[in-house]
Amino acid sequence: MSPKKIVLRFGPDISEEPIIYRLVKDYDLLINIVKANVNPQKEGTMVLDLTGDQIEGGMNYLREKGVQVQALSQEIVRDEDRCTMCGACTAICPTGALFMERPAMEVYFDGDKCVVCQLCLKICPVRAMEVRL
Amino acid sequence: MLRSYSEINAKIKSGQAVVMSADEFISMVEEKGLSAAAKTVDVVTTGTFAPMCSSGAFLNFGHSSPRIRMQKVWLNGVPAYAGIAAVDAYIGATELPEDDPLNSNYPGEFRYGGGHVLEDLVSHRPVTLKAISYGTDCYPRKSIETAITIDDINEATLFNPRNAYQNYNCAVNLSNRTIYTYMGMLKPNLGNAHYSTSGQLSPLLKDPHFKTIGIGTRIFLGGGTGYVAWHGTQHFPSIQESDGKSLGPAGGTLAVIGDLKQMSPRWIKGVSFTGYGASLAVGIGIPIPLLSEEIALYAAASDRDLYAPVVDYSDAYPGRKPGCLTHVSYADLKSGKITVQGKEITTAPLSGYPKAREIAAILKERISSGSFLLTEPVQLLPSPADGRAGNVLKG
Repeated sequence: MSPKKIVLRFGPDISEEPIIYRLVKDYDLLINIVKANVNPQKEGTMVLDLTGDQIEGGMNYLREKGVQVQALSQEIVRDEDRCTMCGACTAICPTGALFMERPAMEVYFDGDKCVVCQLCLKICPVRAMEVRL
Repeated sequence: MLRSYSEINAKIKSGQAVVMSADEFISMVEEKGLSAAAKTVDVVTTGTFAPMCSSGAFLNFGHSSPRIRMQKVWLNGVPAYAGIAAVDAYIGATELPEDDPLNSNYPGEFRYGGGHVLEDLVSHRPVTLKAISYGTDCYPRKSIETAITIDDINEATLFNPRNAYQNYNCAVNLSNRTIYTYMGMLKPNLGNAHYSTSGQLSPLLKDPHFKTIGIGTRIFLGGGTGYVAWHGTQHFPSIQESDGKSLGPAGGTLAVIGDLKQMSPRWIKGVSFTGYGASLAVGIGIPIPLLSEEIALYAAASDRDLYAPVVDYSDAYPGRKPGCLTHVSYADLKSGKITVQGKEITTAPLSGYPKAREIAAILKERISSGSFLLTEPVQLLPSPADGRAGNVLKG
């Protein structure tokens, strides 16, 4: 069975809960943490490879905890012509994939840091961020 | 008095004018001192590229055969105001299609509105014009649906009643839920801070007492040439001196006008604010003639000298409660972090600084090359000394 890649987004209220432990212990999942950005009292993101029979149960547990769960089968791209480098995305992007280089104040996108949370799609005023399947 | 408009224009025509963008001028003043820099430089150029509500265009579609007196008009499904004349309409930046889901599925996306129609027009893309009427003896036709482009119609005049805010709030959120505003998405408990001026490049921050910018000032507008038509709506310039700092609220604004047909989609862009609505990003650049050392002093103000008020958009702004949490300098805002109520907050702009710099550079090039002469205003705009202030709407 091939592993399932998922993206988790969670608020500061659950950043200190042992959710990975629960996935292993209660749902018998084999977990590979591909990326993680977890800090106490801050919103966090995680990309996981999950293998096991109870993936659905584990994902339901996460959703009950208030974690947003999405399948990672997509990547985000930036339409360079459309982007005005305003910077509105840079304080929203949870992983720093969209960032500002100072003092030039130019906006860059590092796809390697992106966890496809898709927040930037809603936030970009000129809709320069797109999902590629 | 260092120089007059006519002396500056004579120098521009002979290719002798010394023109600098505001950021270059700031560096020169730091290096050589104000007096020497003011003597050397004739014109300082400014720039801003940001979402600017209170924008739109007057369109004259031309007459069909047979004629129609358009009573209601839609452009790509977005209503335009047609109560002007038979085939004249005004398409406003924040107008939305009647079938837009708005905020019914909160936060709404507002993917297409009047600002996007303006961008489609300026991009020379076909736009569907639909109009209905009741029919008259001289205008018998009752409906029309056709594709237009900006090249097909008689006039497309951008007329923005309020643009180029002198200064603007730095928006934060003190509540415990995410809010969606025209200042972007604001995360709970001071999760982020958004601001929207180009700071030391911002046109009206460089002429805070309106000593040069007035009715008839020729400007860079949306990539073409435009003019200051009037003071903008909600033009309330005011400066408060505090601890040796000049602090201003949102301040002055401009009403600007120009031929949309000359403009470029690079500088006229439809924007969508999730949970709020649609608008238009407009590029504006204004030349400041250094007529006197005092004008040069204001033009030399740097990000360290300019301050934005920090305002809570969860309660104080919607409730129209006066005052602000604190003031922060644009140098601090641009550093990426500010401290409010003891908490360090990540900052981000909605106004693109690289684009503002590009506009100031384009304007500099146009003036240096002799293709853009300065105009002396027919009348200056109200200044902070005039004490204009906003009225509260009762109800």
